Amino acid sequence: MTVKYTEDHEWVRLEGDVAVVGITDYAQTQLGDVVYVELPAVGWKVEKGKEAATVESVKAASEVFAPLTGEVVAVNDELSGEPGQVNSDPMGKGWFLKIRLADPKDFDGLMDEAAYRAFVEGLG
Amino acid sequence: MAAEPLKRTPLYGLHRSLGAKLVPFAGYEMPVHYPAGILAEHLHTRAAAGLFDVSHMGQVRLLGGPVAADLEKLVPGDIQALKPGRMRYTLFTNEAGGILDDLMVTAMEDHLFLIVNAACKEQDFAHLQRHLGKDRVFPQEDRALLALQGPAAAAVLGRLASGVGSMTFMTSASLRLDGIDCLVSRSGYTGEDGFEISVPAGSAERLATRLLAEAEVKPIGLGARDSLRLEAGLCLYGHDLDEKTTVIEADLAWAYGKRRRAEGGFPGTGILARQLTAGASRKRVGILPDGRAPAREHTEIQDLTGATIGEITSGGFGPSVDGPIAMGYVSAAQAVAGTAVSLLVRGTPRPARVVPLPFVPQRYYRG
Repeated sequence: MTVKYTEDHEWVRLEGDVAVVGITDYAQTQLGDVVYVELPAVGWKVEKGKEAATVESVKAASEVFAPLTGEVVAVNDELSGEPGQVNSDPMGKGWFLKIRLADPKDFDGLMDEAAYRAFVEGLG
Repeated sequence: MAAEPLKRTPLYGLHRSLGAKLVPFAGYEMPVHYPAGILAEHLHTRAAAGLFDVSHMGQVRLLGGPVAADLEKLVPGDIQALKPGRMRYTLFTNEAGGILDDLMVTAMEDHLFLIVNAACKEQDFAHLQRHLGKDRVFPQEDRALLALQGPAAAAVLGRLASGVGSMTFMTSASLRLDGIDCLVSRSGYTGEDGFEISVPAGSAERLATRLLAEAEVKPIGLGARDSLRLEAGLCLYGHDLDEKTTVIEADLAWAYGKRRRAEGGFPGTGILARQLTAGASRKRVGILPDGRAPAREHTEIQDLTGATIGEITSGGFGPSVDGPIAMGYVSAAQAVAGTAVSLLVRGTPRPARVVPLPFVPQRYYRG
């Protein structure tokens, strides 16, 4: 199963024509303790680069941008009760939402793991 | 814009070795949190004891002449009534009754010792020098400031000096801690029992290391300091207080001394005396959001018809409350505990209530 990444520190895992989206370990470390996640409604149309969710730490609120264009088909309701899963298991139980991609080929344009790792290292 | 190089406190090296995340704050490179993170640091402080580096704050001694009477020309507090070893919270006011800074004043045998906010200290020193004269105002640049806060603070500090346990809230004493001459006060900014320790800069790291060696003590960053003070209902200058906010609007009339109300004689006396009897048009209150979404600073507060009635000035997540908390200013008519309001978060009105402050019980030691 392929996982790809964005410069906004999201990971995207493709399951058929549905992309599962969350934030990376680097992102959760930078945010610190996550205390609230606001997710869009199922059925919402999201557009690549536009705000899709909000994640809040004790200190601040941060926007999560849609990595690809499509329709939200599921959101992780467990995060409302246990937002700390974003910290403890960012690429597993801490997933945010699932998007049915308007064009699955868009997925190919994201960074692979090596490219993302190099990108993060470049941030110092 | 050419940024000034960031200053460092005497504990900078210790912060680095403890793995702190350092951020710019009031011109200093300060620890926002350590590896434990803000949530754990906050909860640890309420459960045991936390050590904070607050050396960025301004420490200044005022000497000579009738110094208490002279300081009263700048603040609404009763400073002349302070006996040596006692301290008081007060405010520098402007002619409009607005707040230039908030500060702690300690009466020493023959002078006053003040602690002011880091971001305001240069202008505070200039303000004092203008009114008292340059030869009476002595910034203590060679001193660091530590805060030891939490229910275990007294037991911990008692291991370094006898006499700590009998000190009561808002008193101060010169104590030798681990061979270092310090000025210790029983005070703080967390709502917990605890101490603030003014220590010579050259000995600060040794004292901090000594305190951190105690099992109950962990280092705490500015992130948790902010969530702790917000839960305790304490104001943060530049956010909850500023030059356009009066002492009465800020609900700090308790810091407006009884004798001073009768006598006046500080900037803004007329306006504050008037607001004291007639009331101010707006007031600082606690705000408790109903759901889980935090409402941050500058969030608009509306009444249930959608009309704007105020703004959040401090808002976030309270780890001990285990939910979002905030404070802000609302019109006087709505500044009543229990009033239902709406908070406009990301364009959506969300239900909240006006509540009394603090959000957690204060646990000061009053003897």
